Amino acid sequence: MIKLIGILVVAAGFALRFNTLLVVVAAGIATGLVAGMSFTEIMDLFGKYFVENRYITLPVVLILPVIGLLERHGLRERAETLIKRTRTATAGRVLLLYTAVRQISIALGVKVGDHAGTVRPLVAPMAEAAAHARHGDLPEKTMENIRAHAAAAENVGNFFGEDTIFAVGAVFLMKGILQAQGVKVSEWALSFWGIPTAFVAFGTMWWRTRALDRRIARAAGLKHKKEGGP
Amino acid sequence: MKLLSIDTFYVIAGVFLLLVAGRTAMDQNHPKRWGSAFFWALLAMPFIFGNILPPIVTGYLVLGLVLLAATGQVAQSRELSTTRTERAASAERLKNNLFWPALLIPGTAVLGTLLLSKVHFGDVRLLDPANLTVTAVSLGALVALATGLRVTGARPLIAIGEGSRLLQAIGWALILPQLLAALGGIFAQAGVGSVVAGLVTRTLPVQFPFVAVLAYCTGMALFTMCLGNAFAAFPVITLGVGLPFVVQQHGGNPAIMAAIGMLSGYCGTLMTPMAANFNIVPVMLLELTDKNAVIKAQLPIGLTILAVNILLMYFCVYRF
Repeated sequence: MIKLIGILVVAAGFALRFNTLLVVVAAGIATGLVAGMSFTEIMDLFGKYFVENRYITLPVVLILPVIGLLERHGLRERAETLIKRTRTATAGRVLLLYTAVRQISIALGVKVGDHAGTVRPLVAPMAEAAAHARHGDLPEKTMENIRAHAAAAENVGNFFGEDTIFAVGAVFLMKGILQAQGVKVSEWALSFWGIPTAFVAFGTMWWRTRALDRRIARAAGLKHKKEGGP
Repeated sequence: MKLLSIDTFYVIAGVFLLLVAGRTAMDQNHPKRWGSAFFWALLAMPFIFGNILPPIVTGYLVLGLVLLAATGQVAQSRELSTTRTERAASAERLKNNLFWPALLIPGTAVLGTLLLSKVHFGDVRLLDPANLTVTAVSLGALVALATGLRVTGARPLIAIGEGSRLLQAIGWALILPQLLAALGGIFAQAGVGSVVAGLVTRTLPVQFPFVAVLAYCTGMALFTMCLGNAFAAFPVITLGVGLPFVVQQHGGNPAIMAAIGMLSGYCGTLMTPMAANFNIVPVMLLELTDKNAVIKAQLPIGLTILAVNILLMYFCVYRF
């Protein structure tokens, strides 16, 4: 039981709004100590796993210079111009389309986007531009809500497309863990049973992006004349 | 032997971090000049020397990074980029050429994964097969950078400066995902998993097939929320709850259990600040004032998908 102290530290640390990095390290140290490790051993493990997991941070660091460069030269402004030309675009539709593209491409084993490389420079400005083209200037709170949903579209598309058609990391992880327990499953069965949830996720995004469009319209003090709206 | 191993890209990233540190140290208007410069220089070390440094040294180095961040020594620079008018004029001039470099990142990643991974000269491989996606995306970023410099006609130093500005906008949150992965490793070493699994099974009437499914899916989501990572939660909850009760006691299909169970974990990922790279890093990147804005947008999504997952598993796992 006492080994759960790390989870307690995390919960308390977040509730008290301590620095997140500090909370994480404190949780690790507390857990290690109650499990009978010495402080040196814990630092050793932190070092070992930090180096092993460098690949998580690597793409973000390498992508930033080119994204910064393109932004400096008007990438976001250009994306906005393009979206403003298409009349049917709404912020919600732009984001729903991105979710679909993300789900389908990652199901084929291809990663086409992420927060630093795609959402910040392209998807979020396009969604904001669509809202702006329709409703003119909107309060900053609404614009932030659109950007938050752009991040959500990226996450949902990423998570719920991945485990479907192509065998990927998560599928191998599941197979490996079950196999170690003597339970045999095929990669194909694991991928197949990810498909229903992929559709559920898309349906849920459809609902949320429509809700977003309605919220934007309300913020703009406008009513959808053509669509009638529910 | 491989020509472009992931280590090459680690060194490149490390050198970039050192350049950021250097720029910060030279920046006299920086609100936290020395603290920030020290932070980025320290972070460069595991990237450049990660394979040589003893883990204990890296461990204390990480502790140093955390203390610098926790004492508020890491801040954003006051450097200004171009104005909106300048950017609009530049966009007008370069038009859609601006998109090519941005599209080259995923483009190279796709090409790299599908084709370049097959390229080899005898035993010498072009890309690192063990870390294919990450190396392909990293290669894509550098190809895009070269193209971007050509398209815009800017000097490389400009790209370093702009990259530095974005990096400082993310700040210490950059290393949070990596640190959380390390925490997951320590939890596993300490045996946190078996304790949690025991607790779940002692407190719930898992003799009912529906309760077993409910406990497994909800457990995956909740434990993922605590750890911030569904991959870390999966072995713990699957071996503790899923396998003994859903599969062995009630005869459920292990493939359906595992597939939908993992996706229930992903629902948890949508709802927790612990999944920093998905929910907190974008808050910084998108310059949102509410730290939890992304999680708030995702809460109804995560709860809906989780509820449907539970029903889906209950109706399928005992039937197929």
